[in-house]
Amino acid sequence: MDIETFFQNQNNKKQLKILTCGSVDDGKSTLIGRLLFDSKNIYSDQLSQTKIESEKYGTQGKQIDLALLIDGLQAEREQGITIDVAYRYFETKKCKFIIADTPGHEEYTRNMVTGASNSDVGIILVDATKGILDQTKRHTFILSLLGIENIIVAVNKMDLINYDEKKFKDIISSFKKFSSEFNFNLQKFIPISALVGDNVFQKNSNITWYNEKSLIDELEEISLNEPIEEEIFSLPVQFVNRSSSDFRGYSGTIISGKIKVNDEVQVFSSKEKIKIIKILTPKGESDFAIKGQAVTLTLDKEVDISRGDLLCSVKNHNYFLSDQFASHIIWMNKEQMIPERNYIFKFINFQTIGKITDLVHKININSFEKIASKFLNLNEIGYAKVALNKNTIFNAYKNNKKLGSFVIIDQFNNQTVGAGVIEHELRRASNISWHQMSINKNLRSSINGQKPCVLWFTGLSGSGKSTIANIIEQKLHKLGKHTYLLDGDNVRHGLNKDLGFTNVDRVENIRRISEVSRLMVDAGLITIVSFISPFKSERKMARGLVEIDEFIEIYVDTSIEECEKRDPKGLYKKARSGKLKNFTGIDSNYEIPSSPEIILETKIKSAEELADEVILYLKQYNKI
Amino acid sequence: MKLSHIDKLESESIHIIREVASAFDNPVMLYSIGKDSSVMLHLAQKAFYPSKIPFKLMHIDTTWKFKEMINFRDETAKKYNLDLLVHINKEGVANNINPISSGSKIHTDVMKTQSLIQALDKYKFDAAFGGARRDEEKSRAKERIFSFRDKKHRWDPKNQKPELWNLFNTNIDKGESVRVFPLSNWTEIDIWQYIYQENIQLVPLYFSKIRSIIRRNDMMIMVDDDRLKIKENEKIEQKKVRFRTLGCYPLTAAVESDATTVEEIIIELLESKYSERQGRLIDNDQIGSMEKKKQEGYF
Repeated sequence: MDIETFFQNQNNKKQLKILTCGSVDDGKSTLIGRLLFDSKNIYSDQLSQTKIESEKYGTQGKQIDLALLIDGLQAEREQGITIDVAYRYFETKKCKFIIADTPGHEEYTRNMVTGASNSDVGIILVDATKGILDQTKRHTFILSLLGIENIIVAVNKMDLINYDEKKFKDIISSFKKFSSEFNFNLQKFIPISALVGDNVFQKNSNITWYNEKSLIDELEEISLNEPIEEEIFSLPVQFVNRSSSDFRGYSGTIISGKIKVNDEVQVFSSKEKIKIIKILTPKGESDFAIKGQAVTLTLDKEVDISRGDLLCSVKNHNYFLSDQFASHIIWMNKEQMIPERNYIFKFINFQTIGKITDLVHKININSFEKIASKFLNLNEIGYAKVALNKNTIFNAYKNNKKLGSFVIIDQFNNQTVGAGVIEHELRRASNISWHQMSINKNLRSSINGQKPCVLWFTGLSGSGKSTIANIIEQKLHKLGKHTYLLDGDNVRHGLNKDLGFTNVDRVENIRRISEVSRLMVDAGLITIVSFISPFKSERKMARGLVEIDEFIEIYVDTSIEECEKRDPKGLYKKARSGKLKNFTGIDSNYEIPSSPEIILETKIKSAEELADEVILYLKQYNKI
Repeated sequence: MKLSHIDKLESESIHIIREVASAFDNPVMLYSIGKDSSVMLHLAQKAFYPSKIPFKLMHIDTTWKFKEMINFRDETAKKYNLDLLVHINKEGVANNINPISSGSKIHTDVMKTQSLIQALDKYKFDAAFGGARRDEEKSRAKERIFSFRDKKHRWDPKNQKPELWNLFNTNIDKGESVRVFPLSNWTEIDIWQYIYQENIQLVPLYFSKIRSIIRRNDMMIMVDDDRLKIKENEKIEQKKVRFRTLGCYPLTAAVESDATTVEEIIIELLESKYSERQGRLIDNDQIGSMEKKKQEGYF
């Protein structure tokens, strides 16, 4: 073969990212094994390795188990299931395929979502012997949510139902029934047997009544809409390239449209207009560049641009610069999503702290009903309002996937806990601006020679927080300082009497107290807060509401055994007997502070002595 | 104009490399001298052109690499003015750990895995690029592009962070790190096509030549220096051979070949029935052995 012709052919091949999904045992891994096998993309040493493994773990008796070509993790081979997304590569004469093989088990739905986020086409496998299952619906819904426009429903294991046309048609009609509201551009139904190979590559005489294309022919013909011409140019700035000489370029990948030298563009956040001088593409300097290329641009003047900014055409477009939006959220962590808790929100070239302010509803994946809920559990999908700490550039997902998607990261353990697709902007916050008053915090507090701060006590129930806090307030009062003590129990009689003790309510409880203490600090008071406040996340949120040196976290370190022994309110006894639910330390978690300003060990010293330590601290740091 | 498959892969890799340079304080590129590393280095140069690559490269030297590899490494570093670190596990050397008498398993563990961990700890790198591809091996097919490692550099395959769209989670705590694989989606043929199109220079061992080999365990092993003791029943042959992958010379099998140019290699590859990792003894210690090595901190 002539090598240049070969490369010509290679370069003309379309790249297609596909994913296989569907319920457990519908034969996803077997189908991919079949695709690799029939397209001759398997080497003989891999095949012989698979033969050895088939004897050990195979589910196909003496026959080679094609699924074992795919399931890459030891646990997967042993359990005969797919746990995580596997990526596979094969090519035909017309196409280069990247396949994401995703798990069918409900508990691994998040991995299916991962695979779907990067795919152009979804192949939904349905086991002909079982028909449409809950997972079929769930996966179809996720494909639609993630904006996958092309789907192929492959009705597998036709060999096991004797290639029965009626059963195939029944499956089609029940699929159409539940998916009628989803918007797919292309939706095809193909009867196949991945095991035998019917209608995967080759049309098979077993299925005489099916006159349409085989799976591979169908895939090869899918044309992906890439309307570069009509799109406006946009490039999220990823990296600022500053060499030692006078070079200054802005690097990033073009996510829509194209750009030419001398084009006028704008920095979206500042609306400043600039002209493109040079375009450095992976192929060298060029007069133009298009969507998908990772480029470096130089501009006609020095402007303030950094990572997180967006360069885009001056023409009108529907991007937003805002701190609030509504979005669908898929929760991916065992620890449930809690409204009002701070998380990291990561966008294409920017991340910031933010929170889910309202969960409008969650979605019942089987009936697609909207149900009211306060939180989301692992693998649940909901519709929510999000508020960020900083303005961010975004777009609706349906208009631009790259600017309309984000992931949610736990700020303490850095796990990726959720993902979201933006529906639309919310304007609420920008309409209410903060009024600047003439008398400020400094003036208020200077009257009595104090600097306002929050003394935030945290610790188990019965650890001695309130006792010590009370003594401190007395001492400060004697010194002529203005104080206020917010006590957990007392506040629950009024401001927070609508809240219970579930994790969601605990978070809201602390959020309100944090806001109240912020107002009190603003009023110039030394504010003493005495709450169990069991979660790091909310204590961090409270800290974030005031100036850095205004928050003094005081951990009252008393062991659970000691607290239970003291049990001043008899609560531990109740909790142990099961009469009191969600009690911190018993059936609800307490997260010990990792670096509090002050630790008070109640076992060694008296409450009086400990209160003096805190007073000393306030003097040392010039608060009083 | 439309981007070809290779163009898309190229831009994707550059995007990943830039993301690391933006999001991490102290990244390093693990440079193994092989063809994938050469492609990765080439992409890094493109990512930051006209500036220098803003991070160091590091080679974990087991002291058993082919001589030609070491020469090529040093020439490349000089030619491109690279900031290259070379790390050798001195304890391993002192204990005379070697691929021949210690066996491939112990040698790989001490001189590669442990050596890498030593170096990462020593320089406190928070991100390390590797040239691994998902099509190479089954457990790699499952790995994220940004793959988290705990403080002890271990990979937990059952607890990987979901990686959606191209939003990479780059948040880590002190002492933790990520391994980043910018070539994840490339296949072997893509790599060769790119080498051809971009005229990327490679270690000459990839090209066929008459070389001195012996046959051991059904493999052709090149006699690269006198540390490889020839047993009585073995004899040195002169064979026209080349290597599909490069590692420690006593552990890397040669293949008979007439391919002396990149074009000829590609044609040979298209006709081949065997995968490139077939020549790697370390993969086949036991079923799932790559996954185990990766969990322990291997590349």
